[in-house]
Amino acid sequence: MQYKSQAVAKPYFIAAIGLFVGQILFGLIMGLQYVIGDFLFPALPFNIARMVHTNLLIVWLLFGFMGSAYYLIPEETETELYSPKLALALFWIFLIAGALTIVGYLALPYATLAKLTGNDILETMGREFLEQPLITKVGIVIVALGFLFNISMTLLKGRKTSISMVLIVGLWGLAIFFLFSFYNPHNLVKDKFYWWWVVHLWVEGVWELILGALLAYVLIKVTGVDREVIEKWLYVIITLALVTGLIGTGHHYYWIGTPQYWQWWGSIFSALEPLPFFAMTVFAFNMVNRRRREHPNKAAVLWALGTGVMAFLGAGVWGFLHTLAPVNYYTHGSQITAAHGHMAFYGAYVMVVLTFISYAMPILRGRAANSERSQVLEMWSFWLMTIAMVFITLFLTAAGILQVWLQRVSDTPMSFMATQDQISLFFWMREWAGVVFFTGLVLYLVSFFVKGETKGANA
Amino acid sequence: MSGIFTKSMARNIFYGGTVFFFLLLLALTFDTNKTLPKLDNSANLTPQVIAGKKVWETRNCIGCHTLLGEGAYFAPELGNVYKRRGPEFIKAWIQSQPTGAPGRRQMPQFNLTNEELDNLVEFLKYSSEINTANWPPNIEG
Repeated sequence: MQYKSQAVAKPYFIAAIGLFVGQILFGLIMGLQYVIGDFLFPALPFNIARMVHTNLLIVWLLFGFMGSAYYLIPEETETELYSPKLALALFWIFLIAGALTIVGYLALPYATLAKLTGNDILETMGREFLEQPLITKVGIVIVALGFLFNISMTLLKGRKTSISMVLIVGLWGLAIFFLFSFYNPHNLVKDKFYWWWVVHLWVEGVWELILGALLAYVLIKVTGVDREVIEKWLYVIITLALVTGLIGTGHHYYWIGTPQYWQWWGSIFSALEPLPFFAMTVFAFNMVNRRRREHPNKAAVLWALGTGVMAFLGAGVWGFLHTLAPVNYYTHGSQITAAHGHMAFYGAYVMVVLTFISYAMPILRGRAANSERSQVLEMWSFWLMTIAMVFITLFLTAAGILQVWLQRVSDTPMSFMATQDQISLFFWMREWAGVVFFTGLVLYLVSFFVKGETKGANA
Repeated sequence: MSGIFTKSMARNIFYGGTVFFFLLLLALTFDTNKTLPKLDNSANLTPQVIAGKKVWETRNCIGCHTLLGEGAYFAPELGNVYKRRGPEFIKAWIQSQPTGAPGRRQMPQFNLTNEELDNLVEFLKYSSEINTANWPPNIEG
């Protein structure tokens, strides 16, 4: 660790991993509810479990992004963090606010939670992924602003690299587009239209900048390839991401009451959205092949390569699968969507955070890389989680194709629930793949506690 | 990439491209907002519909159902449920939950008042009359 203040990243990473475990546990519960409908009912209805599952995902990725930024920025700017104390204070505020929100979801009826937390003052709750109470949303904004202030002040006083500039543009974008979560017009079409300004412009927009910057940073560190080359690639990738992704928002505007020209804009631009992810894969492999050093942290290199491949498959290929309007007419809001959502989030954002943690955590713990034994275990967890996610996606895709056929294409369409019964075999297989994923996650946790001989004090 | 294509060129293309396409998104958004009244059934946004949307949101219906195809995929699409089932069925269904049928997916009992039920039904009626370019493909959603 070159700068003392980088140490504040550590609690962020620990919290991220802890919440990740919670997310997967709730995922397993929901997967079971798909086939045993009354499992844990009425104590934990599906809608509550899902809210916890998705909100935990978002929050732990945010912890991961913030921790990564706190680690990356001092080294890139070659100066200590503006205020490590602020970073630690915000950590506790965010963690406690997040935990209280989850407790609120689990302990109170949602309508009661809404009443208690000021939803009557400004109605923002009850929309997918933006279910957080008003006070939590305000808290997120405060934490984000404090975080951005800290990072921006550090950047202002230090060296300004392309990686840190791209990262900070992405992080500011994240905070700015979140503000649309406070806009909930009565008009359902407008509500949906601007809801995507948070959701789409996050995951298919500014988050890709964060993803690119984190990946580029780790690749510089583990391959020793010239910064000029890597940063040029980074710009090309994020150009492709935003040029396709901004108008690509249109692929959400086919069937929600918006003008039909969006079917053209959305189809054409989102058909190009795999390009940045393809470039990312080529980039990662290229840089590793041209490496000028053998970094002792093999696990981090594996995660970095995996991010490129899985982001391309999940976000690129599985996104393309149902993004053309004539196809989406049949697949919209089916298990195909769920399949894509799972692999895209895992491949792009989960894996990049795990890449960063894999690279940075050993250094935060005073060594360039973990012991051989620990790394072998971590790589096992990589393969188990990644292959399990591939199978989760394949099973959900199979379920989705059947669902679309039985419910929407057939001359004698079945009802939603009758269709769900027909495809339950695939939901069972998805659940078993989920158990394998969880096994991989447990190995991942264990890998942090495996001792053994380590190399070098610093990378 | 060769030496001719420099990093600063790549950076300029990034900032230029981003600004251009963001402005294009804003222009399309502006046009969409102008066109919406013809499509979005906002003429029928009565106080009842607005109250119904709040009932919809504060019970987190989207956590299981889809509405115009967006939401969770655990329970039926409700954008067209008004046309599929009609108002009386919807109210009776909500009031009779949970079914308690062993192994079946269960919907919670929300203890809605008659007024809340009526508002929710009005909201679902309004939703079903939005011009969705003929989505879903059939009445089953």
